[in-house]
Amino acid sequence: MRHYLIRRIILTVPTIIGISLVSFVVIHLAPGNPVDSMTMLDPKVSFEAREKLMAQYGLDRPIYAQYMDWVRRIVFLDFGVSYRDGQKVIAKVAARAPVTLLINILSVLLILLIAIPIGAASAVRCGGLYDRFTTVIVFIGFAFPGFWLALLLMSLFGIRLGWLPVQGIVSLDFDTLTAVGKTVDVAMHLVLPVFVSCVGGIAGMSRYVRNNMLEILHKDYIKMARAKGIKERDVIYKHALGNAVLPIITILGLSVPGLIGGSVIFESVFGIPGMGRLFYESVMSRDYPVVMAVLVIGALLTLVGNLMADISYSVADPRVRYDK
Amino acid sequence: MGMDYSLKGLPARGDCLIAASIADAITLIPMVASDSASHELCSLIYSGLIRYDKDLNIIGDLALSWEISQNGREIVFTLRDDVRWHDAVPFTADDVLFTYHSLIDPKTRTPYAGDFNKIESLQVINPYKIKVTYAQPFAPALSSWAMPIIPRHLLQNEDLSFAKFGRQPVGTGPYKFVRWVTGQQIVLKANDDYFGQRPYIDYYIYRVIPDPSTMFLELQAGGVDLMGLTPLQYNRQTQNVYFNRCFNKYSYPSHGYTYLGYNLRDNKFKDKKVRVALDMAVDKQSIIDGVLLGLGRICTGPFLPDSWAYNKGVMSRRRDIPGAKRLLAQAGWADTDGDGIIDKDGIKFQFCLLINQGNSLREYAAQMIQQQLKEVGVMMRIQSIEWGVLLGEFINKKRFEAVLMGWGLPPEPDCLDIWHSSRVREGEFNFISYKNEEVDRLLEQGRLVIDRASRAGIYQRIHSILYDEQPYMFLWIEDSLPIIHKRFKNIKSSPSGIRYNFTEWYVPSEEQKYGPRHKVLL
Repeated sequence: MRHYLIRRIILTVPTIIGISLVSFVVIHLAPGNPVDSMTMLDPKVSFEAREKLMAQYGLDRPIYAQYMDWVRRIVFLDFGVSYRDGQKVIAKVAARAPVTLLINILSVLLILLIAIPIGAASAVRCGGLYDRFTTVIVFIGFAFPGFWLALLLMSLFGIRLGWLPVQGIVSLDFDTLTAVGKTVDVAMHLVLPVFVSCVGGIAGMSRYVRNNMLEILHKDYIKMARAKGIKERDVIYKHALGNAVLPIITILGLSVPGLIGGSVIFESVFGIPGMGRLFYESVMSRDYPVVMAVLVIGALLTLVGNLMADISYSVADPRVRYDK
Repeated sequence: MGMDYSLKGLPARGDCLIAASIADAITLIPMVASDSASHELCSLIYSGLIRYDKDLNIIGDLALSWEISQNGREIVFTLRDDVRWHDAVPFTADDVLFTYHSLIDPKTRTPYAGDFNKIESLQVINPYKIKVTYAQPFAPALSSWAMPIIPRHLLQNEDLSFAKFGRQPVGTGPYKFVRWVTGQQIVLKANDDYFGQRPYIDYYIYRVIPDPSTMFLELQAGGVDLMGLTPLQYNRQTQNVYFNRCFNKYSYPSHGYTYLGYNLRDNKFKDKKVRVALDMAVDKQSIIDGVLLGLGRICTGPFLPDSWAYNKGVMSRRRDIPGAKRLLAQAGWADTDGDGIIDKDGIKFQFCLLINQGNSLREYAAQMIQQQLKEVGVMMRIQSIEWGVLLGEFINKKRFEAVLMGWGLPPEPDCLDIWHSSRVREGEFNFISYKNEEVDRLLEQGRLVIDRASRAGIYQRIHSILYDEQPYMFLWIEDSLPIIHKRFKNIKSSPSGIRYNFTEWYVPSEEQKYGPRHKVLL
């Protein structure tokens, strides 16, 4: 196990270098540049001013030289300074990450909490009324455009009923609230975004659990358990369900980068200043240092997520062993 | 005795205006900022030496008066001596000198050095008098001093491009900076020591709501007092009892126009007859009615309507399909093979119009133009491209046939950088490669002549030449459509919009929504 881990960790180094190189080249070769998006065809901006800005950002130098500069800084974990506003990139990421992280963790928990029972139950009652009903609901959930659902819910709960705030993550008077008041305020603001970001996930995850469960219910060892006269409830919940949810570990591992990546659409619709919007804004303005930071952090998290999934597997499933 | 009801509806201090914006500001150092959100906030926090009044005349702001001499080469500004920065340090001529030095400093990442590089010297005569000397007469000089002045005592040892000051600015304007929550809101507070009239409205909150539909919902929920409407929202979605009871809507021409620009290096567009014919083929009013729901006006040239540079004698062409066909035939274009598309020397008249992605008004307009051009046998395709790519790969490199874009219409009409034949390098603004010797000469003169009446003649002439020659098909000037909560009074539309008297807007005390009791702002 230890050998395996060390090998995996050493392998991440070339992977990260490869990913960063490809990202760097792609984003720099993509048409457009930060100065154009900054000056927006403003006739007040002279030709000389544009040239000067290009030089100040080092954009007039060859791309390999720019990449080497970037690597030299990144070795010391220095992600550089945003082209847009001169702020430290790492500070910008740190300011945006918590809310995205919070929403995503809450929604992953909620997805698991709701999807596993739904999926398991419809597998057990496969073909029955309940199964058909949940199938329809699940496919509606799949098909519903998230941004539209968000607007409908905002209109209903935010305006018609007035129960929940329309958008944002805190109220205007947030600073004057007590600690309890602040918690309640944030919670109220999170209800709709978390719910909306769950809908698709619940749909997908419950289908996944259902299919796994169905497969396992046909396995020999389940027949064996039944033949031995074990109570049906124990067969399902003790013997089958545990194995059916095991592959979810992989899915969770793969969802780690999503935790930090955020979603442009949810975050824009709900006015949440999270990572998704940071990434979108930085791509649109060709703010290379920020784009690179988000991509590299995302890549790192993907690798960590995979590694953790593999390790968790070996812990959870005795059949999986990495050393011969 | 009860309340004194005679005070009802009278101007009173207090309350808060919450304005919504799609984008957050980037930095609140005015010369480094290049986005409209930052500029809007900077205009409340800072003051320039001059500003524009409601009729777009230049009036003093930090400058009490000025004298232009030496044929326009010299301006002597007399500054106000009663101005303090928001941190109570007095404002003096040294701050102006410092602002000038920052602008021309090669280290400063400012896009706005152009006008200031023309200055030969800037002398501080005494703490409240400065003399600016230009290498040669420069008519837009005075208006360039609308540039916000920044405080020397806080910035002299800072690199402006990275200064923390950009997120906690100190100015001399009517509002002081309070706080900035990134991506959510920026809060400003009325400046009690403002040298002009202290604003009635105590707080100004700039709320960032990136999605336009969400912003409109937040307006209905009462979380926003001011936002810009789309024509559809203005005409259709705000016509109910609720909106009539709670909000006032305004409309006035925006300071910008939309045009269809031809690449004049393209053989198809070199002939003026062709360009005029295309102009005759397109009915601008039908586009304004269809796309802007009537909320705009036809544009005939690059000057602000009703301003002194605008030539009222320029009349827009009527739509005239037979006339357009005749002109095209004179230019050698006719449908010889009967496929409905005109051709010349075996080449069909078809071209691609580039538009920027995500601007639905321009997309709809492009489709209408496409239909109308079809009637004279011209085949136009439409391609929408992401903004950065459109600029970098197509416009700057002149790799386009035609493009649908917009320019601003600032009160200062100098537009040499857009129309002069020397401004055709990659990234310069005459990307259509327009060349007309008379226009070149007039544009140069327009900068040298100081007298307003003579300048007016120059720009009005430019206006009529440009409309006659059609290097652009000038399309429309759309209306700005702000909606504002009814409790705000004393808002008056004018040629410069509604913001010019923002410090005079007020909410009568009995109608105030946010106050000490609401604890919103503390």
